[in-house]
Amino acid sequence: MLVSALVLGALAVALAWPVPVLLAAARWPARSPGVALALWQGIALAGGVSMIGALLCYGLSPFGTGVADGVRALTAAILAGTLGAGVSFAHVLALCGALLLGTHLLLNLAATFLRAERQRRRHLHLISLLSDPLPDRPGMRVIDYEAPVAYCLPGAARSATVLSKGLLRLLSADQLRGVIEHEQAHLRQQHHLVLLAFKSWHSALPWFPIANRAEHAVALLVEMLADDRARRVVDDRTLATAIALVGLGQQADLPAASPDTASGEVWMSSPEHALVAPRVHRLMTAAVPLSRVAAVAAIATAITLALAPAVVLLRA
Amino acid sequence: MDVLWDTEQALTATELRDRLIEPRHDASPKPLAATTILTVLSRLEAKGFVSRDRGTRPHLYTCVTTRAEHTAQLMHQVLGSVPDRDEALARFIGNVTSQEADTLRELLGSVTATKR
Repeated sequence: MLVSALVLGALAVALAWPVPVLLAAARWPARSPGVALALWQGIALAGGVSMIGALLCYGLSPFGTGVADGVRALTAAILAGTLGAGVSFAHVLALCGALLLGTHLLLNLAATFLRAERQRRRHLHLISLLSDPLPDRPGMRVIDYEAPVAYCLPGAARSATVLSKGLLRLLSADQLRGVIEHEQAHLRQQHHLVLLAFKSWHSALPWFPIANRAEHAVALLVEMLADDRARRVVDDRTLATAIALVGLGQQADLPAASPDTASGEVWMSSPEHALVAPRVHRLMTAAVPLSRVAAVAAIATAITLALAPAVVLLRA
Repeated sequence: MDVLWDTEQALTATELRDRLIEPRHDASPKPLAATTILTVLSRLEAKGFVSRDRGTRPHLYTCVTTRAEHTAQLMHQVLGSVPDRDEALARFIGNVTSQEADTLRELLGSVTATKR
């Protein structure tokens, strides 16, 4: 059990710092964003489970060999009212830590999803009042606004894609097709699920240096994935131009908006949050996707990572 | 809401119902219950779209502000939100940094140049 605790602890530390830092700094994710996304998810899942698993294994070590055994002995001891010899304060602390951490992560995940769902529903209601449906496109709405705006409201039940009149005026038919396809990709592939998961991980462990970087890395990869789908219907240059037109058009509108933002934050985002330039650069340089061998290896690593802590726990 | 936004005056629930039924003369004139109207109106009031004047009987309903103002408020919310705060929606483009804006302008410049 102690050995398992050490192994899981080492894995947790590796997955908390060096591994994500390497992945965040790597260049290849832009070539195959789907593969990189799978790897990020493997890292996040394995990181969380090994953290909790390490604490659990250490805390259960005086109670028996193997997790199931230990839990049984622990329950019996609690019911009997005494923890017995060999159980130190450190063990108890570890057990409480495991329980609290696990509960905290799960509750935070649930809260994040519920909050997003509530916001989505409220927004959908406003949109139904303020916009008109697009004639032959179900789920699409047009809102009477000058600046070019395009976004989607993803969700299990009713989802919607909202376009502004300014956008329809600004873009050519091809460019518009690219934008619509991009938004549809978000909806079809349910990107919001993975985005919310990483957002909740970040908010649950705000002192984790890598959680912030992970969230942004995942956000960028998700946009690139949607861009890839859009590239199937329009050429790269058209999509890049659409991005440029919308990005600059929105920027022109924002200074009027800043008094309304909650904390009076300036609309310009900081360089670490650059989500647009990498997309444009990627489209204009026509990067070659990862080789099949490399992609398979990466996915295999992601799956192994996701399963490893569970395996260690079962064989502890 | 469309009726309230289009008309410039305050309406009672009954007047509102009449105006909603009028255009439906062609197909099946679905009888809109007064209670339905009142329920919807109180929900809209709770969301800040409608204000109710309880001074007179029956109560008068007006729109709080124009449709354009509501739209602007919503759009400012959408455009002004920092990527971290967008929990419900996924924008085509997020906010751009000043360097990115320059890159984008260069791109547009080069595209129009190659077109000529």
